[in-house]
Amino acid sequence: MKDDVESREDRVGKLKGLGCSRKRVEDARFTQGKGNYVDDIKLDGMLFGDFVRSPYAHAKVVSINTEEALKVPGVLAVLTAKDLEPLGLHWMPTLAGDKQMVLADGKVLFQGQEVAFVVAEDRYAAADGIEAVEVEYEELPVLVNPFEALKSDVVLREDTVDENGAPKDGAHGPRKHHNHIFTWEAGDRETTEQVIGEAEVVATSDMYYHRTHPCPLETCGCVASMDKVNGKLTLWGTFQAPHAIRTVVSLISGIEEHNIRVISPDIGGGFGNKVGAYPGYVCSVVASIVTGKPVKWIEDRMDNLMTTAFARDYHMTGRISATKEGKITGLHCHVTADHGGFDACADPTKFPAGFMNICTGSYDIPTAYLEVEGVYTNKAPGGVSYRCSFRVTEAVYFIERMIEVLAIKLNMDAAELRRINFIRKEQFPYKAALGWEYDSGDYHTAWDKALKTVDYEGLRAEQAQRVEDFKAGKTRKLMGIGLSFFTEIVGAGPVKNCDILGLGMFDSCEIRIHPTGSAIARLGTISQGQGHATTFAQILASEIGLPADSITIEEGDTDTAPYGLGTYGSRSTPVAGAATALAGRKIRAKAQMIAAYLLEVHDDDVEFDVDRFVVKGAPERFKTMKEIAFAAYNQAIPGIEPGLEAVSYYDPPNMTYPFGAYVCVMDIDVDTGVPEIRRFYALDDCGTRINPMIIEGQVHGGLTEALAVALGQEIAYDDMGNVKTGTLMDFFLPTAWEVPNYETDHTVTPSPHHPIGAKGVGESPHVGGVPCFSNAVQDAFRAFGNVHTNMPHDHWRIWKTAHELGLHG
Amino acid sequence: MGKKMHIQMQVNGKAEEFLAEPRELLIYTLRERLNITGPHIGCETSHCGACTVTLNGKSVKACTVFVAQADGAEITTIEGLGTPDALHPLQTAFKEHHGLQCGYCTPGMITRATKLLEENPNPTEEEIRFGMAGNICRCTGYQNIVKSIKAAAAEMNAAKEAAE
Ligand code: FES
Ligand code: FES
Repeated sequence: MKDDVESREDRVGKLKGLGCSRKRVEDARFTQGKGNYVDDIKLDGMLFGDFVRSPYAHAKVVSINTEEALKVPGVLAVLTAKDLEPLGLHWMPTLAGDKQMVLADGKVLFQGQEVAFVVAEDRYAAADGIEAVEVEYEELPVLVNPFEALKSDVVLREDTVDENGAPKDGAHGPRKHHNHIFTWEAGDRETTEQVIGEAEVVATSDMYYHRTHPCPLETCGCVASMDKVNGKLTLWGTFQAPHAIRTVVSLISGIEEHNIRVISPDIGGGFGNKVGAYPGYVCSVVASIVTGKPVKWIEDRMDNLMTTAFARDYHMTGRISATKEGKITGLHCHVTADHGGFDACADPTKFPAGFMNICTGSYDIPTAYLEVEGVYTNKAPGGVSYRCSFRVTEAVYFIERMIEVLAIKLNMDAAELRRINFIRKEQFPYKAALGWEYDSGDYHTAWDKALKTVDYEGLRAEQAQRVEDFKAGKTRKLMGIGLSFFTEIVGAGPVKNCDILGLGMFDSCEIRIHPTGSAIARLGTISQGQGHATTFAQILASEIGLPADSITIEEGDTDTAPYGLGTYGSRSTPVAGAATALAGRKIRAKAQMIAAYLLEVHDDDVEFDVDRFVVKGAPERFKTMKEIAFAAYNQAIPGIEPGLEAVSYYDPPNMTYPFGAYVCVMDIDVDTGVPEIRRFYALDDCGTRINPMIIEGQVHGGLTEALAVALGQEIAYDDMGNVKTGTLMDFFLPTAWEVPNYETDHTVTPSPHHPIGAKGVGESPHVGGVPCFSNAVQDAFRAFGNVHTNMPHDHWRIWKTAHELGLHG
Repeated sequence: MGKKMHIQMQVNGKAEEFLAEPRELLIYTLRERLNITGPHIGCETSHCGACTVTLNGKSVKACTVFVAQADGAEITTIEGLGTPDALHPLQTAFKEHHGLQCGYCTPGMITRATKLLEENPNPTEEEIRFGMAGNICRCTGYQNIVKSIKAAAAEMNAAKEAAE
């Protein structure tokens, strides 16, 4: 037989399984313009809906007159809160346990808020209709600063106070002020205060992690189609969590869940923007029910930046204590979190501040305390995880800045300070002071490899020389060395503590093997560019011994895919990837029995080998998985059901903790404030590596989004609550011109509790990248007395730092 | 609503003729009227390049061209660059070098890159980065896009040489 002469290595190669840089199966359609994104969907008689939006940040809506709009040719309907109220849909629940107006119910709370929904035959008619709707507003005092909001008499949310004006309890406990949402804490306050009070050295810093936006290239949108004949609602949309959307739609509309089909077609990037439920979805569904026709809603870029899903906006105050030698003894963190007009953060329900309590970072810090206060302001709701697991970017930025600030206080090298405080390899699994149990890590090895590769000592020598040259007037460029060592917490999460609106955050995979030895697997997740169709097939190929090229991966259709909580927070590989491996193992277990029957030996006498079961000790006697698949369908095997299928729902026992070491070298022109990135080295440890090519691509992309956030990207408001960065003219998205080439590297520390040891990587580069770029900028000015300046470090702010330090003569 | 205009154009080699309001934007004409959905909308303010097409031999952003301005024009979109059996070298290179992730920017990127390589068959990395700066990608960080374009250029030059 031909198979006999094929080497084991060849057989492994043919599978294109784990660890191989398999080319992506998604690319054929995308490179030929044949992707199917939501705006590409066209249905017979489809209408188009769009919003009248508030020009004010805080105002009473006195009246809405739709008469003229309804006369505009092509306009069919205009929905206001009054139309939604009888259906109970003028407000909707948010993922954070708050509620949000679908359409302005008597007032507006942020600029761009949805006031009325115009339904028309096409986009142009809808735009004309919007022009013709007359809304009378009465302006109210605007609160854009959360510290002022907590002191102000102005009540933003009348629905959250009782008849005496006292705040009612919120979803996360008592509220201390009418604009206060929650206070959430972790760790031991008393001991931490004591340790810091008695410490030899204490460093403090205030930092503002500015508001920004995930801004995927494709905005949010949907098509709702109510089939009144069959009573079925189909909803296509840019959903990162289609199953959860189905459940939410069912709960708020009263349509039974089996009569709702939610489909996420191709998604043009998500980065957290497409996790939540937005008024556009609800209005499209209602409009389809009202008109009996399919209704499409696609936000434009301005709507996107101004209304759906901001990220960050954390005002953080830190205190860190240490011995004179630099051993950290305690950490205190207080956050004032600006949540905007509605608390619509997309966090697991029990974590109103996400996993901010990972803020002790990669360090063995014995005592810590964290307190986060959520506040209402007149800004857009959101608080999503922009390319990170819930608030992990904020946490890592915080600790990586605190380390730098402490290094300055101790007059110590920041790399060395990190090294002496790292959690040691033998301490894993490591229980951190703020509650998490880190699964695995080898931080010292990664750090040493990174510093050696970039010649860290050489860089510091060069930097010192540069400072001399600058002082001697020989150059106007300073050199910054940015360091960051991050530990993420991803793969939410164990059902015991992670749920969204009561739905446990497990995930799933269902596999069907076809008679001729190919397969389809369906998952509860949904790719937005991560390449699931490529990588999940690789996991499966290694598990079941059929080539990845013979395995179709399908996601995003709730009628066919098993229930899952979707793709965000780097949870696809840790959770759905695990489900895939385990479902594959169920297939293999049945295949083993079939093989034993065919080979006429006992089940225990055969073993799996790459793509076949072989008789132990007699490798020439085997059945390939292809043969076994056929046998499963073509003959009666005593005691075994026909067919070869499996499903697995995976509840992870713990999160996974990817980590990495990044170094950025930057030259900064003090006269123009322009930073030039000379080198960026990124070492990632995401455990077992499924597809190195895709990992590298994820790192490049995440670093570029980190560069954007650190060096210029911001959602800024003026005092009146006007958004100052509502178009791509003002909102910084780097082009090929501003972005450097990155060097990638890795170590491999598998997760001990994940079936294949994988940890997830999509978000690491963003999480680790932001502090690295920021630290590089700040480090350039360290020799001149800089301790901390806030991001984004755009040219103007860098210039200002130089100016304030007296570097302009 | 304005008076409708009589418009004619060649799109991917096919003659099209229709009545349209002059305010209609070319991206809308392509996507909604002609069902050519390769070019995408990312901003409608000419910043992102997702809507890039070739109009009379020049790269343009179809979101900021009125259909009236495109009357009589010859237009090529991603759909006109290759066929499934005979892909354009750029289409192959983007797949080969992982030059895309979500794919939303890809049609505009590749369409723009065809012009870039036509004008400069041997671009340096710097020239590629400058020449592609009108097209934003949120996923890839550009490194592999640059690599893909370089590889396609080499491929196309080798093919040209072989043909000569
Ligand atoms: S949609 Fe035309 S440039 Fe962005
Ligand atoms: S691949 Fe997603 S925007 Fe470029």
